[in-house]
Amino acid sequence: MLQEQELKTFVEGTTNYFEVAAQQPASIGSPYLTEGSPSVHDYTGVINISGKREGFVYFTAPKAMLTVLLMKMQENDFSHETMRDLVGEVANTISGNARRDFGRDFVISVPSVLAGERPEIPQKPGARSFVIPINWRSHSAKLIVSLT
Amino acid sequence: MNAASGKVMKDSGKKSFKLMIVDDSNIMRRRIERSNQLDELELVGTASNGLEAIEMFKKMDPDVVTMDLTMPQMDGIECISKLVVMKPAVRILVISALADKATAVEAMEKGANGFLNKPFTDRQLNEAIADLMR
Repeated sequence: MLQEQELKTFVEGTTNYFEVAAQQPASIGSPYLTEGSPSVHDYTGVINISGKREGFVYFTAPKAMLTVLLMKMQENDFSHETMRDLVGEVANTISGNARRDFGRDFVISVPSVLAGERPEIPQKPGARSFVIPINWRSHSAKLIVSLT
Repeated sequence: MNAASGKVMKDSGKKSFKLMIVDDSNIMRRRIERSNQLDELELVGTASNGLEAIEMFKKMDPDVVTMDLTMPQMDGIECISKLVVMKPAVRILVISALADKATAVEAMEKGANGFLNKPFTDRQLNEAIADLMR
């Protein structure tokens, strides 16, 4: 289960990502706890966490938001593959940045990506997830942190 | 070709360094390529993991490498170790999301010359590469 300070690490990492990579800050909603598989958007980047903590970090976003994010990054390829690449990279960056506070024993995997209707979200039995709502321009996305 | 320095000469006679970009994300590779505003750098190859990077390195003999750390098949730390054995004078800038000090220290001990955390601005990238080439 995440402590308040640990949750703050992910909130700050998310804020920093949009501020620097998208050059436009996101507003972060109040984080909340959820049980079972959380609902996701069109594309979801998944980072498997091992080491001193175990679980997952997901970044999930709708295609429309990812398209605008790619435009802000001067990209001109908006293919399915690029959308997958982007959600994986966002999840990887926020998870990797969290090692500033968690230390190097917070081991992150290379990203895997889920897309399409009702993808199966990996979840440890009985695990509860913190959902961090992200509002950027007119779009909404989520960072989901599920750690034991 | 100036064999002593490993630099190549462009038609203009201006000295140029050969750049290789290693990152498992296409978006990041294109971003680094687009952001590079240094006239002295000529992109000679890209790779999406450490194994590909070693093959590309053998073919293109770059002078400057940007290196991601978290990659499939062979990670950046192992790749750095192998590249510096092949060419001790190579300049390597690690560009990674991993933000803990221990990882930065390990990368530098293996032979990296600089470390830039993701996400980064164009300005931060260009300053980091310029620092690397000084």
